[in-house]
Amino acid sequence: MTGVKVLLMMGCPEVPIQTSIALYLSHKLTKLGFDVTVAGTGAATQLLKVSDSDGYYAKKLASLDNTLEDIMENRTDFDICFAFMHNDAGMTYAATMSAVSQSRLYSIVFGRNAEALAETIEFDCEKIVSKDVHNPVRLKNKLDKVVEEIVK
Amino acid sequence: MSCIEQMKYEILLDRTTYKDAREYIVNNSDEVYYVSPGYKIFKDYHIIGVPPIALGAKGNALIFTYTKPCYGTFVLTVDNEDSTKEIGRLREAETEKVKTSLKKGKPPESPKVPSSGSYLDMWKK
Repeated sequence: MTGVKVLLMMGCPEVPIQTSIALYLSHKLTKLGFDVTVAGTGAATQLLKVSDSDGYYAKKLASLDNTLEDIMENRTDFDICFAFMHNDAGMTYAATMSAVSQSRLYSIVFGRNAEALAETIEFDCEKIVSKDVHNPVRLKNKLDKVVEEIVK
Repeated sequence: MSCIEQMKYEILLDRTTYKDAREYIVNNSDEVYYVSPGYKIFKDYHIIGVPPIALGAKGNALIFTYTKPCYGTFVLTVDNEDSTKEIGRLREAETEKVKTSLKKGKPPESPKVPSSGSYLDMWKK
């Protein structure tokens, strides 16, 4: 999977499991040879920077808005995108990504309203849904299976 | 990402869902135009949204959505020289669409005036 470009698109970091899953997924995919960029809001990227101050787990951090702008202006694109969402705004960003990017899209839907939010998704993507807020293990296990499928 | 926050704008609806924001624009504009996600207005603001993205015109004011990851979607309106230009650009693009449809022998679409149907019906057309 060398050179396959992956974008992890983080939304509002209000729900705790986003940060740990982003670090976990970034590291797992990087170890498998993917070229991973983690894009997020200012607060979401600061959480990663403080948690992973040497950039061991997340090597490339970027601004969510700047990354989307680069894709919209055809300056860059990705092969695979994992879009984190726990609210309508997160879903809206993922819908935009679906419309402007050629990447294969995976929607990571989490938080208390995960199931209802997942039902509002009308764009083409694979949904990974877990209504967890604090404990990331169930979502981690689901993502392990998804990554296993991707590398097959 | 954009100069929107530096512009003089009015908030018409705040912290709502994208769907509700779109319905607000459709129901409260004189003219409605549909564009794709990433459509650029005011030089550097690419609209984030779930297609179809509605842009409204009311007089010289442009009505549009602005989504913030932690706060949801806002409906904003700007009424200045730039909004007049943007509305002009939307009207021009619509005219081009009609001309293209006529050349291809298809009946022109009439997207300017909001129909009585829902936005989803309009999108399905």
